[in-house]
Amino acid sequence: MSSASLEEFREEVHVWIEQTLPAELRVGLRKDLPKESRRRWISALAERGWIVPDWPVEYGGAGLDRKRAAIVKSELAAFRAPTIRGFGVSMLGPTLLEFGTDEQKREFLPPIARDEVQWCQGYSEPGAGSDLASLQTRAVREGDEYVITGQKIWTSYAHVADWIFCLVRTDPDAPKHDGITFILFPMKQPGVTVSPLKLIDGGADFSQVFFDGARAQAKHVVGPVGGGWTVAKRLLQHERTTDGSSEEGGITGAMKESLVDLVKREVGMEDGALADPTIRQRLAAQEMEKRALGLTMARAMAEARAGQATRDIGSLGKYRWASMVKNEQDIAMLALGTQGLGWSAPGFDERELERTKAWLTTRADSIWGGTNEVQLNVIAKRVLQIPE
Amino acid sequence: MALTLTEDQLILRDMARSFFDEKSPVERMRTLRDSRDTTGFSHELWKEMGKLGWIGIPFPEAVGGAELGYGELGVVLSECGRVLAPEPFVSTVLLGGNAVLLGGNEPLQKELLPDVCRGERLLSLAFHEHGRFAPHAVETGATRDGDGFRIRGEKRFVLDGHVADQIVTVARTAGGSGDRAGLTLFVVDADAAGLSVQRTELVDGRNAARVTFDDVTVDATRVLGEIDRGADVLDAVFDRATIGLCAEMVGTFEEAFERTLAYLKTREQFGVKIGTFQALRHRAAHMFGGLEFARSVVRDAQSAIDDGRGDVAECASAAKARCSEVANQIGAEAIQMHGGIGMTDEEEIGLFFKRLKAAELTLGDAIYHRNRFAGLRGY
Repeated sequence: MSSASLEEFREEVHVWIEQTLPAELRVGLRKDLPKESRRRWISALAERGWIVPDWPVEYGGAGLDRKRAAIVKSELAAFRAPTIRGFGVSMLGPTLLEFGTDEQKREFLPPIARDEVQWCQGYSEPGAGSDLASLQTRAVREGDEYVITGQKIWTSYAHVADWIFCLVRTDPDAPKHDGITFILFPMKQPGVTVSPLKLIDGGADFSQVFFDGARAQAKHVVGPVGGGWTVAKRLLQHERTTDGSSEEGGITGAMKESLVDLVKREVGMEDGALADPTIRQRLAAQEMEKRALGLTMARAMAEARAGQATRDIGSLGKYRWASMVKNEQDIAMLALGTQGLGWSAPGFDERELERTKAWLTTRADSIWGGTNEVQLNVIAKRVLQIPE
Repeated sequence: MALTLTEDQLILRDMARSFFDEKSPVERMRTLRDSRDTTGFSHELWKEMGKLGWIGIPFPEAVGGAELGYGELGVVLSECGRVLAPEPFVSTVLLGGNAVLLGGNEPLQKELLPDVCRGERLLSLAFHEHGRFAPHAVETGATRDGDGFRIRGEKRFVLDGHVADQIVTVARTAGGSGDRAGLTLFVVDADAAGLSVQRTELVDGRNAARVTFDDVTVDATRVLGEIDRGADVLDAVFDRATIGLCAEMVGTFEEAFERTLAYLKTREQFGVKIGTFQALRHRAAHMFGGLEFARSVVRDAQSAIDDGRGDVAECASAAKARCSEVANQIGAEAIQMHGGIGMTDEEEIGLFFKRLKAAELTLGDAIYHRNRFAGLRGY
């Protein structure tokens, strides 16, 4: 593949986005986009297979090689275009491509690629947080089905999800990592109850989910029965890749005002420098950390492609990413002072309230998907191979 | 942006690694230190590196260089850092050599650089007048004297100044100390009348000099760059030197980290390997993070030079701020995790600790470079 043809491809993608994407949508990750306009854009994107450009065409992707898929993603990012980054696209899809049967791929991947089905993740339980493998939700075989009883927690978007990919215990007598099965089943059925959890940031995007005789089809087990732990860990790697490498650092990219602008406005400038030298140091360190994280993830990917990778960087990326996004909000709060303490208008403007909320929301980033402490354990054990 | 090594760079790395393992184990640096060797490094080894083309990596073929990039130079510097080789890359190539390359006219380049590339001419840069790095805080003055200039003042921390053949000297021709404008760079011969050089020993076993200029006369043909606008050259020299020094530091990080990691896996206390303690496991993970992030920003900075990007200054400061932090982190943890044995002169980890501190404080620490980065970013 010549670089000239790649450039032509980039041009083609650019022109298509320019012609198709309405101006009101070119604003990055936001929840308040005009609904109808967004729906039309997403279906146009899906039509081309560009929600998942690297997936095979038969499963709703565009069948692009890595370089072309990266071009699509970078052009979309350059336009700050809305895309789909749900659990289906970023986690279940890649996992099914690797572990799913042909029938499972045909059944589940195309709806994900068209953004028609919302998925949620049934991993954590009240007694199984960092020690995920101690999960107790039971699945008992009954004919062609499994009957599921138990409780999940921290299930994001469970109240809007159509389906769940869930870790269940199929063999309570096996060693704890061996009795686990990865299974898919619908959320909208009598044995499933969703109870939203209100969090410290005032939001309720997470839920507790109760299973009391919920039904799953046996053909919807992904990977071997009792072999779910391997599938589950692989899926978590996709989760870490998604977050550690996201260019704008998730929530921090969606802010109405950049951190640098906020700090300049609040702290003030004297002779071309921030008036507070300590905050200036922290802001510079934060900008450098964000950049270094991006470079490190890019380097890890490039080294993996070139066969030069020595030590896996996934857990380190998640750890540093979580610390980085929290630090950004800590700096914003220092700069805002008591104007960062508002809970609602009046008295506090949009830019202030979004920072207060982000400061609270980002506390979770070092907890979910493996806490910071778990990531450090993983680095020590798996990456550095220090005996336990 | 070259974040990975090319095939050629991998070959160069393997060559350099075997070269240094064979000819320059860490023990050699200790021997040079303890014997109070008058040079402080090996002239012979330096010339061998010249023959291999390593000294000439960043210089054009027209002056005997290999005309390669900082990606390649970084590979060699990292290998130097791994074994603490004290050969004069920083003084002769990164500082003095870059000053001649970036500021010298053709006759000066042709006169000086071919010998530099062969390892037969040593250079240094005399800029420091204070302890903390402050590149424009220069009071050493140069006044017009006929066709030339007369220099008076005193410089410190002139790296390898005791053996340099020429000392590129930063002097003030206008303005006051701290002003960026009004600086001029001169090539001063080591045997010039009025020049006195006093060798000083450093904590890392290397050498710098105190250099006194007592009305040293220099011809106008020995000026690098433009009169009063020497900072244009100097700042670019510091950016490249900083990035090169960071590459050396990454090699030192790697080795200090691997040695400490190996110690955690073998040292036993309370009947178990000390690496089983979570307090140490997490800190080892942090060291790994420091090393990996340093490696990324240094590779990016190297490619900023090699690709002719406009953000070399930002990248240099991002790299040195990072490497200075990591030098502190890995250096301190290496000693702490080695425990009592780490405090002994006999255990080599202390040599790494001392070199890392020296490199941290050379060409600006983390605080300096965060401030500079902020300024470049408009805040």
